[in-house]
Order: sequence, then C-alpha cells, then structure tokens
Amino acid sequence: MILIFAEHQKGQFKKAAFEAVTYGYKVAQATGSSCAALVLGSASDAGTLGKYGASKVFQVEDAALENFDSQVYAAVIAAAMQQTGAKLLVLPHSSTGKSLLGRLAARLNAASVAGVNALPVVDNGFRVKRPVFSGKAIAEYELKSDIKIISLTGNALQPQVTGQDAPVEALSVTVPASRVKVKSVERAEGIVPLPEAELVVSAGRGMKGPENWGIIEELANVIGATTACSRPVADADWRPHHEHVGQTGIAIRPNLYIAIGISGAIQHLAGVNSSKTIVVINKDKEAPFFKAADYGVEGDLFEVVPRLTEAFRKFKGGNG
Amino acid sequence: MKLLVCISKTPDTTTKIALTGDKSALDANGVQYIMNPYDEWYALVRALEITEKSGGTVTLINVGKADNDAIIRKGLAIGANDAVRVDIEPQSSLSVAKQIAEHAKTGNYDIIFLGKETIDYNGSEVGAMVAEYLDLPFISYASKLELDGNTATISRDIEGGVEVVEVATPFVISAAKGLAEQRIPNMRGIMTSKTKPIAVVSPVAFDDLAVTVSYELPKEKSAVKMVDPNDMDELVRLLHEEAKAI
Ligand SMILES: Cc1cc2nc3c(=O)[nH]c(=O)nc-3n(C[C@H](O)[C@H](O)[C@H](O)COP(=O)(O)OP(=O)(O)OC[C@H]3O[C@@H](n4cnc5c(N)ncnc54)[C@H](O)[C@@H]3O)c2cc1C
Repeated sequence: MILIFAEHQKGQFKKAAFEAVTYGYKVAQATGSSCAALVLGSASDAGTLGKYGASKVFQVEDAALENFDSQVYAAVIAAAMQQTGAKLLVLPHSSTGKSLLGRLAARLNAASVAGVNALPVVDNGFRVKRPVFSGKAIAEYELKSDIKIISLTGNALQPQVTGQDAPVEALSVTVPASRVKVKSVERAEGIVPLPEAELVVSAGRGMKGPENWGIIEELANVIGATTACSRPVADADWRPHHEHVGQTGIAIRPNLYIAIGISGAIQHLAGVNSSKTIVVINKDKEAPFFKAADYGVEGDLFEVVPRLTEAFRKFKGGNG
Repeated sequence: MKLLVCISKTPDTTTKIALTGDKSALDANGVQYIMNPYDEWYALVRALEITEKSGGTVTLINVGKADNDAIIRKGLAIGANDAVRVDIEPQSSLSVAKQIAEHAKTGNYDIIFLGKETIDYNGSEVGAMVAEYLDLPFISYASKLELDGNTATISRDIEGGVEVVEVATPFVISAAKGLAEQRIPNMRGIMTSKTKPIAVVSPVAFDDLAVTVSYELPKEKSAVKMVDPNDMDELVRLLHEEAKAI
C-alpha cells in the first residue's frame, strides 16, 4: 500500500495534500497497489481526500498532535506505516514534510528522496527524479529498500478528482510526549503561502523604495497572486522576510512568475527558475533575467505595471 | 556548552554544471568548491557566538576525504576549536547522517548545528536523520536562537510565517538566514587554524539505500518573446492563450 501524509492547517487541507493523494493514486495504478491517506490531528472532512484517489483515510486524533513536533509526528507516522503495512510514503515537500522525511528514513531504514517532481519509473525497480544544483541538473535515483519515502514538490502535478469521499478509519497509536513546546505561531492571514501559490508577483530593487509597493499589491490582487521579493528588498526591510525567494530564501515553482525590477542574479534564479511561465519586466534590456524568461517587457516598471494591471482587469471583466 | 557543527562541501552556486561522459556524475573539472553557506554563515557563527558569551567549545564534523580539509581549515579559521573528519566519500544523506550520529552519540554535545540545506542537493534531510538516530528533538529552519541556561527559545521559518518554540538541550538545529551574520576569517584566525587538530576517523559500515542512477541537464529554455511595453493587452492574451498561465 501507498500511504500519503495529508498535511492540513487547523483542519483545512493544503493543496499539497490533494496533489500528493493524486500522485499516490497514479503510482498505485501503475503498480497495482492501493493508496490511502493519513491525517494527524482533527480535520472534519478527512473523507474528502477520497475524491483525489485515496481508497481509505486513516486518522489519528490526539490533542498532542495539534502542534507540530517532527519527533512525535515521525513516531506516529512510523506506527501507522507498520499497522497499514504501507511500503511507500509520500510527504509534501513543505517545512513539515522535509522535517519528517529524514526522520522517517532513519527510523524505518528506508531509502528517501526529497523534492521529487515527477511520477516514478516502476517497470524495473523504483526510480524517481528530482532537480539538483538549484535546477541546473536533474538526478535520477534508484530506491532499493523495502520501505521507500519521497517528498513531492508543490505544483508538480494538478490535483485530480477521480472518485468520491472515502471511509475514515481511526487508527489507535500511542502518541509520545513532545519535548518541544510551541509558544506562538504567526502566519500572514488570508493569503496563499508562497510555496503553494500558483501565481506570484515578485519585485526587486528596481522599485526604489517600500512606499512604491502599492502597484505590486494591486497587480497581485487583480489576478489573485501571492507577492514575493528579491533578497536585498527583504534585507532592507522593504518587505517581510517570508517573501524572499531564491537560493537563501524560498524555492518556488508557480505556474506564473512575474518578475518586476529584478535583475535575475543566479542566486535569485535558483529559487524561481522552475516556474512554468516567467514574465520579466525590466528597463534594462541586458538584464540577465530576460535569458530565463518566457515573456519579456523592456520598459519602466512604474508605467508598465499599472498598464498590465489594467489589462488584467479588463481580461477578468470579459472572462467573468 | 559543548557544540557540534556539521559542515559540508558544495559547488559554488555560480558554478556551471557539466556532467561526466557517462552522465553518472557531476564533472568536477573546474568546479569551485566552498563550505555550504548555511553551515558557514549561520550555523557555525551562531555556535561561536554562544561559546564566546558563555564558554564552551565548538567542534566541526565533516564526512569526506582529505580534499575537504581546506574547508575544515576555513571553519577552524573562523573560530571553531577542533574538527573531526569521517574518512569516506559521502554517498546518500542517510549514510552521512549515520556517520555523524556515530560520532555524536558518545560526544555529549549540548547542541548539534547544521545548515538548513546544502545548496547543491537542497535535500534538508541530514539534520532530521541525525536527530532521529540520536533520539533528539530537531528544530529546523531556525532564524533566531536564544539560550537561557539549558533552555533554548527558537524562531523557525514556516510557510508564510514564523513559529516560536522552546526546547531544552540536547537538541539538533538547522540554521536559516537570520540566525547569525557571516564572518570573514581574519589573519590571526587563519594562522591559528593551522595548528588546530583535525581528527580523522574511520567510517562505520553502511549500505546505501538510495543510489544515484544518472544525471541529465534540463531542456534549454526557448528564446524570450519580447512584448511591446505599450501593449499589455497582448501580454495578457499570450499568457492566456499561449502559456495558459491565466
Ligand atoms: C550567496 C548569495 C545568496 C544570495 N541569495 C539570494 C536569494 O535567495 N534571492 C535573491 O533575490 N538574491 C540573492 N542574492 C543576491 C543576488 O546576487 C542579487 O544581488 C539580488 O538578487 C539582486 O536583487 P534585485 O534584482 O532586486 O536588485 P538589482 O540587482 O539591483 O536589480 C534591480 C533591477 O531593477 C531594474 N530596474 C531599476 N529601475 C527600474 C524601473 N524603473 N523599471 C524597470 N526596471 C527597473 C534594473 O535594471 C535592475 O535589473 C544572493 C547573493 C549571494 C552572494
């Protein structure tokens, strides 16, 4: 069996959970196996994961699971793997999933690959690929152990509805006591976090100062995008630290990345060059970012961005 | 406090990536290797700040062959007291973690530091593995660490925000930007680093479970399509009809 760790936030499943279940469903079909989801903590409509291909949803509810501690979660997931006899575990490649991947690999003596972005080749063994060297190469691995664990990057595939709600079965697992006390959690409310965003509007030092970000936020609003920024912008506190993308920030792979007043340094590209479509707006036609772009606009961002916002607004109006 | 900092060697980000003829490995010719920036700038420097303030020692550990000594010496020049090198070419994350844990389990370390990921494989796996082998708490993506006796208060980066946790030593922590400020080794540091000890230890046996089969280079991007800055309707049309991004 293939077990999918379905990550949720206060009972709301993340898009990554639906993607991972869809992934597990496809692997199950290719290998003649079945796919089940695992939910830790309380989430009211866990059965909904069935729509994406989980034939069953296992749930462990315990107050001690309300906060995340990789040690506690790993112990519970390992117990669930044992009880269900699952041989492949799929995790999201999120801060939670990444902390669990290594723990579970060590605990279960399992081969693990982090940041997988495509379905495995299963005709002869089990092989998966992932980008390495900041996207400058792709490596293929053979997973040789009985139990295998992978983490799946966001937006690697589209969640697909294939069926109906699945039955939810409570698993009885002893939850160990946590040695980590969570004191506070602060999240920007109401926005799609960057790693999950399909549309991203990002701006750099070309903006001249934080007071000019109104046009960026307006553009992002009109298309429902999440905002991001280059490193010097976050370093100068023009924008919050969690918006910083690139080698030292977050790596993202949205469907659309619009880069405004960003030169396209290699360290910036390292975090964004897996985006499906890249638009670059820059007044310098020699800006290195144009080489990594699908669409380029050479011009002054203070004129071009409002124009683009208007064009999107018109488009949205016409297309409902 | 007795602190251990895990350091690794990675190609510099600006390195052009080429593969060997049989595509089984990265072509090391002309590759510039550096200490992984997260290990050097944030993990190591924060560890040093702690011992400078409250006393103790900082030990470096690296899994690799003798050509890694240059990087280990740099860590010693920045200020670490001594170093351990486990003498084996690193293979999978799990094998590296196993070697580190073997050393650490008898080392009585209060805190084990690593960078949040290496900039070559970006796997983020080793810290969690070491923590699991040693049955220790693991706090990942730490951007702030304050110690009060044996209790640490740590801010960690999570999607779209920050989580603050409290944990008692011993624990494993992975360092993100913000944990400390990069330090450049000074002349005195470089001189004294030459006399600091690097203990070379033999690896324990470990069978790799995930094996690299081959590498490939990504497809070249097709040339950028330039759009008239006065015609943003055209850009929206392209994004909708051609790229299907909107
Ligand atoms: C080890 C290391 C790690 C790093 N990690 C990261 C990282 O994670 N993320 C990151 O972003 N950077 C990172 N950097 C920094 C990176 O090298 C660049 O310095 C940085 O990305 C540049 O930011 P920028 O493009 O906003 O600014 P600049 O390079 O200053 O570019 C500003 C751009 O705006 C354009 N511009 C100016 N005015 C206008 C206008 N009116 N209209 C249109 N265009 C205009 C300019 O032509 C220019 O191309 C790292 C550097 C190092 C050494």
